[in-house]
Amino acid sequence: MKPSSNTPAVACKAVTRVYGEGETAVQALRGIDLDIQSCELMMLVGPSGCGKTTLISIIAGILDKTDGACRVFGDDLAAMSAAERTLWRRENVGFVFQAFNLMPALTAVENVAIPLLINGVPRSQALERAGEMLARVGLDNRRHSLPSQLSGGQQQRVAIGRALVHAPRLVVCDEPTSALDHETGHQVMDVLRAVAAVDDRALVVVTHDARIFNFADRIARMDDGRITDITANAAAREAVPA
Amino acid sequence: MNSIALKMLMGDKLKYFGLVAGIAFATMLILQQSSILVGFARQTGAFIRDTAQADLWIMDPQVRFSQDQVPVRGTTIQLARGVPGVDWALPLYQGFLRGKMPDGTRFTMILVGLDDATLMGAPPVIADGTLADLRRDKAVFIQADKPEKKLMMKRGGNRPLAIGDRFSANDQEAVVAGTYRGRESFFWEPVVYTTYSRALQYAPPERNSLAFILVKVKPGHDLQTVKAALEDRTGLAVRTNEEFIKLTADYILNTTGILVNFGLAVALGVLIGSLVAGQTFYNFTLDNLRHYGALKAMGVSNSQLMGMVLLQAGTVAVLGYGVGVGLGSMMGWIVASQGLAFSMPWYVPAFAFTAIISVCALAAWLSLRQVFKLEPAVVFKA
Ligand SMILES: Nc1ncnc2c1ncn2[C@@H]1O[C@H](COP(=O)(O)OP(=O)(O)O)[C@@H](O)[C@H]1O
Ligand SMILES: [Mg+2]
Repeated sequence: MKPSSNTPAVACKAVTRVYGEGETAVQALRGIDLDIQSCELMMLVGPSGCGKTTLISIIAGILDKTDGACRVFGDDLAAMSAAERTLWRRENVGFVFQAFNLMPALTAVENVAIPLLINGVPRSQALERAGEMLARVGLDNRRHSLPSQLSGGQQQRVAIGRALVHAPRLVVCDEPTSALDHETGHQVMDVLRAVAAVDDRALVVVTHDARIFNFADRIARMDDGRITDITANAAAREAVPA
Repeated sequence: MNSIALKMLMGDKLKYFGLVAGIAFATMLILQQSSILVGFARQTGAFIRDTAQADLWIMDPQVRFSQDQVPVRGTTIQLARGVPGVDWALPLYQGFLRGKMPDGTRFTMILVGLDDATLMGAPPVIADGTLADLRRDKAVFIQADKPEKKLMMKRGGNRPLAIGDRFSANDQEAVVAGTYRGRESFFWEPVVYTTYSRALQYAPPERNSLAFILVKVKPGHDLQTVKAALEDRTGLAVRTNEEFIKLTADYILNTTGILVNFGLAVALGVLIGSLVAGQTFYNFTLDNLRHYGALKAMGVSNSQLMGMVLLQAGTVAVLGYGVGVGLGSMMGWIVASQGLAFSMPWYVPAFAFTAIISVCALAAWLSLRQVFKLEPAVVFKA
């Protein structure tokens, strides 16, 4: 069952997260209210340590919240078992990491194929679809290159291909441009916007890189475990060719 | 996922080589130590195997191993021949004797006397001459294998004893009439064959001098039944070849401490091998933990992870084992050709395989615990 279009992709209410216990407990999230729509690129920005990574980890189903309610595509992740959450992520989430996290022994096309293989797509078919995906992120001619033979920007484009190849409804990116220089970061965001932003997909991008704020549909500013304000960036969709 | 697991494994050639080499080394260590132990155990039975044309050995119950000297009464042969199911029963002399080579080199031999009429109990292969030459005057046969080690004339002769040489056995003359090939034996002394009656001439006089009676069971008769009947009739111990081999091996291995020493060496081989192989695999997994974290975040289930790690462990185990067996056999072949104790029957590699697989399974299990324990949220940690 698909949620109706006015149901948000992500709906967080009073979400908190505490790391550790007792004296050393860290209150990373202090009550987050946030809705993310199925067709937008939401940016989470704020100083280091304000809880951005913690929040997208909870949204992506790789971390438990301490309290509050969080539904993603109508599913209550907290109610699922760990195994159920694993299956849910496999199908619904694409990840982009700051450090790319490509498998060094696999070629570009094989790296992109990983989510398909995890989802049980036969290898030859997975490689074919991964090849098409690579072409879409502009790396058609680097299919058989190893990550070590690619530049940082190229690696991050491979990672974007990997995050999108299985057509997930949610894509989370943690500081996707912080390991890249300004221009390369810009190119990577161009690709992300152009390829990832489709109507049925929510994109959450964590960043403290002000130079890419322009790619967002909306920007949620965080500080000390809270969202301080959310602003719409009307120019975004029009500014960048889709 | 299998292809990913294998590429992960083989991606870093150096680590991959290290893993396979570590397991190969462990395999070799286990193979080598166990093969030496088995080799020693086998060599203790060399004389019995060389003499094994009969089915049963009759001996004094006090005999502890094949070179033990507790003779029985000569009349026992007649008793044995009267037992139903006995095809033939023949005497075999065996005793340690002092000898002196032509140049004056002294040595100790194990003299074996074969029944004069049948020469039953002779070694399996005659190298020079024919067995019947044993019936010639003063004739003895010496071992053709490595005479320079066991029968070297060191006091001027400067060559091993050879056909035609005369030497003294307990101060009486013997003539080398032929040579034979026998199994490599645990017992150092050269084994010299002659006839039963001549052996009695050479040997110092004793009241009893019959070491063993070799018994052949008639076809169609049950070995165990005949054995029991012989025991009953003679009041002595009756053993099959295998029983006698085992008795000897047990006695020698235990009294010499070989069992304990090489048993420990085998255990050490397993232990060191485990540490090397297990440690390298465990480290390999830890090195890849970051990638496992990413895979977990992307939705790889625990059973898929288990499949990957087991495939990797299984692959290096089988490959490393294969290489190890290859190298181990080659080494064994070289060692064995030097006449040293080394024997690798099927159960030695089977044992090594079990040990290696267990080690790799243990390493995989320890590795998997780390992988399972891993929070997928670590993927966002820089
Ligand atoms: N696993 C953890 N254990 C303890 N404290 C943590 C852990 N992860 C994050 N924190 C703390 O939680 C707070 C928020 O961290 P994080 O979400 O990583 O912030 P950001 O991504 O905005 O830099 C920080 O104070 C951080 O030190
Ligand atoms: Mg962070």
